[in-house]
Amino acid sequence: MTLQVTNSPFSEEQVELLNRLLPNITEAQQNWLSGYLTAVSTATSPLIAADVAVLDRPAVEAPTVVKEVTILYGSQTGNGQGIAEQVAAKLKEQSFDVTIQSMSDFKPNTLKKLEHLLLVVSTHGEGDPPDTALPFYEFLHGRRAPKLDHLHYSVLALGDSSYEFFCKTGADFDQRLTELGATPLAPRVDCDLDYDEPAAQWLAAVEVALQIHTGGQTATSSVAVESTSSTPYSRTNPFQAEVLENINLNGRGSNKETRHLELSLEGSGLHYEPGDSLGIFPENNSELVDKIISSGSWNAEETVEINSKGERRALRVALLNHFEITVLTKPLLEKLSNYSESESLKQLLTSDRADELRTYIEGRDLFDALTDFGPVSASEQQLVSILRKLPARLYSIASSLQANPDEVHLTIGVVRYETHGRTRQGVCSVQCAEHLQPGDTLPVYVHKNENFRLPSNSETPIIMIGPGTGIAPFRSFIEERSETGAEGKSWLFFGDQHYVTDFYYQTEWQNYVKDGVLTRLDVAFSRDTEEKVYVQHRMKESSQELYQWIEDGAVIYVCGDEQNMAKDVHATLLEILQQEGGKSLEEAEQFMTQLIQEKRYQRDVY
Amino acid sequence: MTSTTRPVHIQDGPPSDVEEIKIESDYLRGNLIQTMKDSISAGIPEDDNRLMKFHGSYLQDDRDLRTERQRQKLEPAYQFMIRVRTPGGFATPKQWLVMDELAHKYGNGTLKLTTRQAFQMHGILKWNMKKNIQEMNDALLDSIAACGDVNRNVMCSPNPNESPVHEEVYEWSKRLSEDLLPRTNAYHEIWLDGEKVVDSTEATEVEPIYGATYLPRKFKIGIAVPPMNDVDVFSQDIGLIAIVENGKLTGFNVAVGGGMGMAHGDEQTYPQLARLIGYTPADQVVEVAKQLMMIQRDHGNRSVRKYARFKYTIDARGLDWLITELHQRLGWELDEVRPYHFDHTGDRYGWVEASNGHWNYTFFVENGRIRDTEGYQLMTALREIAEIHTGDFRLSPNQNLVLGDVTTPKKKEIEEIIARYELESATSQSALRRNSMACVALPTCGLAMAEAERYLPSLITKIEGLLDEAGLGDEEIVTRMTGCPNGCARSALAEIGFIGKGPGKYNMYLGGGFAGERLSKIYRENIGEKEILDELQPILNRYAKERETGEHFGDFVIRAGIVAATTDGTNFHTV
Repeated sequence: MTLQVTNSPFSEEQVELLNRLLPNITEAQQNWLSGYLTAVSTATSPLIAADVAVLDRPAVEAPTVVKEVTILYGSQTGNGQGIAEQVAAKLKEQSFDVTIQSMSDFKPNTLKKLEHLLLVVSTHGEGDPPDTALPFYEFLHGRRAPKLDHLHYSVLALGDSSYEFFCKTGADFDQRLTELGATPLAPRVDCDLDYDEPAAQWLAAVEVALQIHTGGQTATSSVAVESTSSTPYSRTNPFQAEVLENINLNGRGSNKETRHLELSLEGSGLHYEPGDSLGIFPENNSELVDKIISSGSWNAEETVEINSKGERRALRVALLNHFEITVLTKPLLEKLSNYSESESLKQLLTSDRADELRTYIEGRDLFDALTDFGPVSASEQQLVSILRKLPARLYSIASSLQANPDEVHLTIGVVRYETHGRTRQGVCSVQCAEHLQPGDTLPVYVHKNENFRLPSNSETPIIMIGPGTGIAPFRSFIEERSETGAEGKSWLFFGDQHYVTDFYYQTEWQNYVKDGVLTRLDVAFSRDTEEKVYVQHRMKESSQELYQWIEDGAVIYVCGDEQNMAKDVHATLLEILQQEGGKSLEEAEQFMTQLIQEKRYQRDVY
Repeated sequence: MTSTTRPVHIQDGPPSDVEEIKIESDYLRGNLIQTMKDSISAGIPEDDNRLMKFHGSYLQDDRDLRTERQRQKLEPAYQFMIRVRTPGGFATPKQWLVMDELAHKYGNGTLKLTTRQAFQMHGILKWNMKKNIQEMNDALLDSIAACGDVNRNVMCSPNPNESPVHEEVYEWSKRLSEDLLPRTNAYHEIWLDGEKVVDSTEATEVEPIYGATYLPRKFKIGIAVPPMNDVDVFSQDIGLIAIVENGKLTGFNVAVGGGMGMAHGDEQTYPQLARLIGYTPADQVVEVAKQLMMIQRDHGNRSVRKYARFKYTIDARGLDWLITELHQRLGWELDEVRPYHFDHTGDRYGWVEASNGHWNYTFFVENGRIRDTEGYQLMTALREIAEIHTGDFRLSPNQNLVLGDVTTPKKKEIEEIIARYELESATSQSALRRNSMACVALPTCGLAMAEAERYLPSLITKIEGLLDEAGLGDEEIVTRMTGCPNGCARSALAEIGFIGKGPGKYNMYLGGGFAGERLSKIYRENIGEKEILDELQPILNRYAKERETGEHFGDFVIRAGIVAATTDGTNFHTV
């Protein structure tokens, strides 16, 4: 059966979308969808409540049947943990007996006893699991993994579709659990950077499935992934923070530009702890927006829907503030091909040309795609429908709230580079560098990161490895330790290109060392000498002392570049464990895994 | 000075903090080995910087960037200046090439030829200092005692091969420099990875001349060969005037107690000319210099550093006291001063034939700065010359550069390079510019109160305009500018002198002697460029109309009553 405007209550556009979707879904998906729609129809408030700031829900009566649900999250930046906690809160309201744990804390041998398992897990780098998920991931994929015939599960995968191995870890878990005999409660949902809506949909489906499966009442719940904190401000309702200070930390002659941004949180009620990040909703570059609009003769003033609630904005405003235009993804190009006759685009999207596709996507933006594969015969609405929502940018907070009440400081590396004949700019960083003056405001929210925390015992030694902008959270750590009079030893490794121009917060570190707040500071500058020196070389030079610190219970923190630095630092730590601790490589790796589990090896890498 | 009043310059208090630093330094070692390794700062602590000077270097920062960097949470843009000891300003072509290379590799890409005939490199970062000194050392260059409370680079008239006397005088300047060097092994240990020497506890064994606290202040020696007074022999602590009889060097007239430095607002400090005290045969000159230096070592003021120069030691006690003390220490007496005559202090530019038939070529180097600028590739040209030159390089006391001992075939090759890089244009600069001199000042010198090297060229252009209007286009007038009253460019000896007081503000002095024989007198205090030009214009016009034949500007302003003559440093401030 084909839907038509005449035989359904849908608009032409909706009909088109449904006709594209319905013929391709499996029977299982159809079943799921019908349950999902039932749940939706009985909801008291809109299903997709991602944009709702404050929820006003009637209390739910306690069901008669109590059912256990375990939620495990594997989270690097804290997104996954945040979502998992909100899912837990929702299910508790439904009177489920919810256990929520980080995968790193979960004892795998209890897996056999579980009936309902929800996994929220992100993917990093080349399809890698987050550090905290690694032991559980390995257990499940190893020989000791048990049969799980009794288990019902669902996976919410988090990722970024501009990476090749989008949501791979989630997919791996999904596939492996099936292999082990477990039954899906609801299909896995892969979330891109704008995860609010798909996450909410996943939760709705999971809730329905759990209700049906446990035979309890069909719950009436508004489903939203929302912050539970006391402040009215959150990711979906960001606070307009005033810029107090905006300075370039790099001295003259540097190859880099790094902004130190001080923002006022006064009146926001926002609270953060060292290790947390700040999300900023940036604005796209207006020149790029105008180029895009004129490339397809679109009308800048034509209004388009900017979210599923049906809010509308002029196209130009939508492209400036609501949609991502600087990154290409495979899904974007696939959608684009519906509006383009371009043969080369169709060719590029064939499955055997993944490498070419990856090369094409790298360093190109929407304007490139529109130019390369035009003419594009899409309406203004269709144009934005192929785009992802403009994601917030997360920056590790560089200040301690205790030391700077009502303020938050950031260290933002400005991204500018040249590819494919055009100058490219980091959306948020260039906005901060070029357009933001004291007195301006930025929409911000606090992003918790429980995986990057000072030890609760203030006497525990800490080792901080943070070259480049990776220095940010350590400024927060040391400010906090200075403010609270913590007595634990601290050791910072910092590095960048040039000593004279790129030693971020140099005078502050000098004072901390003088005052004894920072016990030791080792620096490495890669371009001052013929041989490039990096932080890991400094670590090696002090391997004996470093090992002693680790033996004494130090917590190791790594922040900054993931691709090179974090890998090299990890390898160096393994070397030090072997060299100084007389461990075999295997023992050293085991030791590192143990450190992760004990939260003594924490990373905030990107 | 009456016998009842104790002269202010005589020590009347405990030793200054610098004396403490010297005593505790273990013969100039201090903590330099450790602090040069400290990687948290590109600087070193002040105490070590005091010692650093004895090693020919000190810590500076780019003052243009100070405020900006403070806001950026960066420490000042610390960098080291290093001054290379080159007695008589002598360097081989190979040494020139090494200096050029180091300037590019570790320095800011330029070289400064100093007013004391030394090389200065700026902008060396801490972790390059050791390599820099080691590579200098490989080329037989060092920076020992180029700064600090010791005998500094010994100057001498650089015109090589002008006569055999000049060559002999150069040898004496080298002897003086070597013999009066500190003997501590610290330099070798800190910079050249020399083995730590366990010093004897007896200062007389470690530093037989200096002792554990070295001198109270810097000490300067220069040798002039009349009729040229290019070394400004009267500005030296010990000024030696070569006496030539029948074409042979017989000895030196000895002048003592010259010095340019003073402090603004303290009239007890003043520039002074060295006074002649006698004549020594050449073979005794090192002994005489050593004994004079040791008198200063024993009697100089070690409590107040601004009163510590030799000139105050002498002025507070009288010249007779000094002569008696010297004769006593020598065990013999100096002869009567021999006749001599000085014509001028400037250099002779272009080609000059030497006594041996070879040639010298003197480049005009504005303010001693060797660098490449658009349209004037001096540094590159000199590098090219150094690669083929078989003679030597001589740095002049006027911050110029002499190519010495050029053979006739080489002269052709060098002429070709000079022509190709259009270097003659500099030599054809106005007489005013060729007789001008400025110290480094901002942005690197920590003492500077006003610009000097970066500003004087543009001021000269404006004064040139005044000279042209007055019809004095080719007149030689000695003009000098320093950014502070310490006197590196010897402004107090200029016919027109500027001494910095604050940003854009200078004291203007007139009436110095053209041949360096008379100090100047203050004419206007704390004035900016417009006032400088407004004040100079009528005086220059008068000079054009009223001067007598051959009368120098410095003499004219005194005869015309524009300023009173300064007859002695002690009446420098008397208007």
